[in-house]
Order: sequence, then C-alpha cells, then structure tokens
Amino acid sequence: MTDLTHLTITEALNGLENKDFTSVELTQAHIDAMADAKHLNAYVTETPERALEQAQQSDKRRSEGKAGILDGIPLAIKDLFCTDGVQTTASSHILEGFVPTYESTVSGNLLRDGAVMLGKTSLDEFAMGSSNTTSYFGDVINPWKNKNRPDANLVPGGSSGGSASAVAARIAMGATGTDTGGSIRQPASFCGITGIKPTYGRCSRWGVVAFASSLDQAGPMARTIEDCALMLKSMAGHDPKDSTSAPKDVPDFTAGLTDDIKGLRIGIPKEYRMEGMSEEIDKLWEQGIAWLKDAGAEIVDISLPHTKYALPAYYIIAPAEASSNLARYDGVRYGLRVCDDGDNLIDMYEKTRAEGFGDEVKRRIMIGTYVLSAGYYDAYYVKAQKIRRLIAQDFTNAYEQCDVILTPTAPSEAFAIGENEEDPLTMYLNDVYTVSINLAGLPGLSIPAGLSKNGLPLGLQLVGKSWDEATILKVGQHIEKAANFTALPAIRTQKAA
Amino acid sequence: MSAIDIETVKKVARLSRIRVTDEEAEKLAPELNGILTWVEQLGEVDTDNVEPLPSSAEITLPQRTDLQTDGDCQDDILANAPETLEGFYVVPKVVE
Repeated sequence: MTDLTHLTITEALNGLENKDFTSVELTQAHIDAMADAKHLNAYVTETPERALEQAQQSDKRRSEGKAGILDGIPLAIKDLFCTDGVQTTASSHILEGFVPTYESTVSGNLLRDGAVMLGKTSLDEFAMGSSNTTSYFGDVINPWKNKNRPDANLVPGGSSGGSASAVAARIAMGATGTDTGGSIRQPASFCGITGIKPTYGRCSRWGVVAFASSLDQAGPMARTIEDCALMLKSMAGHDPKDSTSAPKDVPDFTAGLTDDIKGLRIGIPKEYRMEGMSEEIDKLWEQGIAWLKDAGAEIVDISLPHTKYALPAYYIIAPAEASSNLARYDGVRYGLRVCDDGDNLIDMYEKTRAEGFGDEVKRRIMIGTYVLSAGYYDAYYVKAQKIRRLIAQDFTNAYEQCDVILTPTAPSEAFAIGENEEDPLTMYLNDVYTVSINLAGLPGLSIPAGLSKNGLPLGLQLVGKSWDEATILKVGQHIEKAANFTALPAIRTQKAA
Repeated sequence: MSAIDIETVKKVARLSRIRVTDEEAEKLAPELNGILTWVEQLGEVDTDNVEPLPSSAEITLPQRTDLQTDGDCQDDILANAPETLEGFYVVPKVVE
C-alpha cells in the first residue's frame, strides 16, 4: 500500500469511499507517522486512542451509507480550540491541565462532519507570535531544512506553527488554525502548505480561546486549495453563540473551483513593494503576476496608501483587546493558581499571572493596559481605531478597480530558531503583509508558490472582498496548478529514500 | 508622549495584576518604550475627521429574547477550579 499519509484529503475520501482502505488504517498510518516525528514537537497533546475510536465509528457510518463530508479524515486541532474532555492550553502554563467540558463550534462542526481528531497542535502562547517559540511546551520545529544550513532547526512560523508543521510533515491531513494578524498565512508560507483566513465572522469564535476578539478568525490549513475549501465548508456557518458570527449562507466552496479566471482583475498594491524587500520575494511575486496574466487575468496597479501604519495600529489594538480578554486568568475558575500562606486576593492574582504568562504575553498585556489607561486612551487606542478605518477604506477603494489582490505572504523564508528575537519589534515585522487584512476583516489565503535558493518554501497571498472566499480559492487553485509545488520537506524525503 | 520609566512599568504591572521584580521592570522599560515609540508614527496621519472603527463586522449586534438558554451544570463550571467547597469557588479571605 502507498503511504497513506501522503494523500490529500480529497484523495483519501475517494480511497475511503472505494474501500481501498479504512479510516482506522488511515488514522493508524498518521499515528505511526506522529511517533516518528515527535522531535518536531508539533502537538501539545496527542489523542491516538480517541482518534482510533472515532475512526472505527467513521468506518461504521460509511458502511451504513451515512458518511459526512470529512468522514474518517484525521485532522489536527490547534490547541486554542476548546475540545470536550481533551486538555486545551493555548500553549500557556496558565491553562495547563484545563480540560473543557464543551466543544468549540468550529471543532464541533468538523466532528459533526465525521473528522477524526489526532490531537492538539502547539502555537505561540495565546497565539501571540510569529515563530512558535513562545509556547510554554517548547519550540515547534519546521520539517523543512535550509540546504545551506542543514544543522539549523527552523521555526515553522506562528502562531499556528504546530498545525503548519504537522500538515507539512504529513502527521495530519489538515489542521485548524486561527489568524489574528497572519497566524494562519505566515506559518503556511514557512511550511509550504495552504491556509485560509476567512472573512471576519465566517467561522464562529465560540469556544476559541480569545486573543483579540475583533481580529481573531479561525480557518483551515491543508496541502491543497481543494482540501482547504472542503474544510472551510465544514468549519464555517452562523452560530448564535458568537454575536459577531455572520448570519450568512455558506457557499459550496469546492464547487466554485472552476479554474476560469479570465477577465478577473488582479490588484498589485505598490506599497507592498517595500524598501529592503528581498530579491527572491520580489521575483516570486513577479512570477505570480505572470501566471495570472497568462491565464487571461487583468493586472491592475492599485494603491493602499495607509499600509505602513497597519502594523503599529495593530500593535495598539491587538494588545488592548488582549489585555481585557486575558483578565479572566485570575487563578479562581480554571488553570494555574499560585497562592502562598497569608496571601490576599491581589497577591494571588499577581503571582498567578506572573508565573502563568510568558514574556511576550506579559508585554502585550502591559502595552494593552497602558494604551487603555486614563490619559492615553485617545492618544493611542482611539487613534489606532481611526487608522483602522482608513486602512479598511483603502481596500474598499481598491476593490473598485480590482477583484482580488496579490502580494507576498511573508517578507522572508523560515528562519532559524532563536533568530529575530533581539527585540520584539523585529519579530512583529513578519506580519507586515498580512496584518492589514485582519484590520479590514477581509479573507486572505497563502499558497506555496516556489522554493528559495536555500530550498525553503515561499508563499503568495491572495486577498479577496468581504465574503468572497470563493474567488481567492479559484485564483489560488490557478497558482497552485501553475506553481506545481511538489517539493517535500526534509523529514519526508529522508523517509521516502 | 511620555517615556516609560521603571515606576510607570510597575504601575502598569499593578494595573495588569502581574507581579514584576525590580530586574524585570528594568528589562521591560526599554522594551515597552521601544514599542510605544514605534507606534507613535501614527501621529503622522491626519485623522481629524475620521470615525474610529472598533470592528470590521458590518452587522448590528443581534438581540435575543431574554430567556434562560443554559444552566444546571454546576459540576461542569467548577470542574477546572483550583479550589472549590460545597459548590463554590474558594479564594483567599477578602473581608477581615
């Protein structure tokens, strides 16, 4: 039998339907691969017994003709989604041992459609980071290797680094991610996989550990556009339990993948051609433009004049929202409590949070607290919200001239663990191309489009109009075909050899 | 705007309910200063007639009938608490 872990979700569903293999066999193949790839540290919690039980039930459903759209497919769930009866940590010490008694809407939707959960994937603590090096449970390693520095372990990107690493290493067929400023798209780019941040409100936030509620959005990560489209269809939909979940019908995203992009207007924002942009990234972008032009799309130069203010605005808004959201970790209702004899309530709060949160989380809570405090609220927080409107307006204006926007996903290839940590701002720059899209609430995806001269994957980003995931998926599939990205990460080429 | 000194760090830490040592405060001051100085570039943009945008969600928040939708799950609610007693959360003594 061929290695089942190399199949796409779509191929695996065909195989299951044709009785080429069972979900138990498919799931076991992934559990075995997970055991071989432990050193990547992609999972915080593995749930093999539960997975096999779910796979058995799936096989039974399929034999009875009751299979759902993802029935029997082994997936990983980012450890930010609450999972009933399975530890959910947000990669933070403060939530270590927290076992939810309920299921997040998004992971529940996947289970409803028959998915098998392999485990919970690591992330930057509370999804704050771009390298997956801030997890309390250790760094996650990218399965790809820089061929000119083969000894260096590379970051998978972040915050959904565990999910990206797992999907690239073939130890999950797909995974959930969340994206507040680039946390699905940047790790997808670093690990050579595909990831979509849907329109804000497309997927319910209920049961997802909150970071910045006006920006957080769940989405799928997988190895093809078609697989992402299939997962998104399952994950999306109105949920009365999230007041910002949109009461909109979910289109059949896979049915919309027609590959006909003739006449579509592709916007190229001049402000994204930034000073110091690497030649490689620039070349990849030009290649993407050429592919779409060849397919009959019209290339349009556009301007998003407030682009350079997106990151600083984000680093006011996101920490402000985080400082309120993370106020709930008080050592009373769940998670860690640090309380010594004679301590009063305030001592307990302060000690619990000092020990429970890592450095980056503390920095963001304190920045958020500062910009919301009396005397600074207008100067920082309200100012940033005004900039946010200008950024959203930039996109509205641009979409009068184009249908989709094409940009690079990230300013670099995957870097080595430990790099870009000299000061917090260096790390923040990873999200320079992705963060505006969250501020504007638009859908965006990253698709692997080529390899760097170091042999590492590089992604292109497509940004759509609100609620128009269908068009970026269609254009994304065209890039997928043109790029024919078949390279495998080191961990899998070594295995195959 | 004002630079963040050690005393400000300690004040913000207190408001954030995060205990910081003197050494931590000394390390945090330049880091927070760096971030706040960097975001001050927003001042270059004229926003005099711009309405703040708190969220991109274009929907008005829905209202529902004021009815009980959940309940009878005391055990679930207390299941993850560090300390409970007879159906309550336990905290250090608050009232002397």
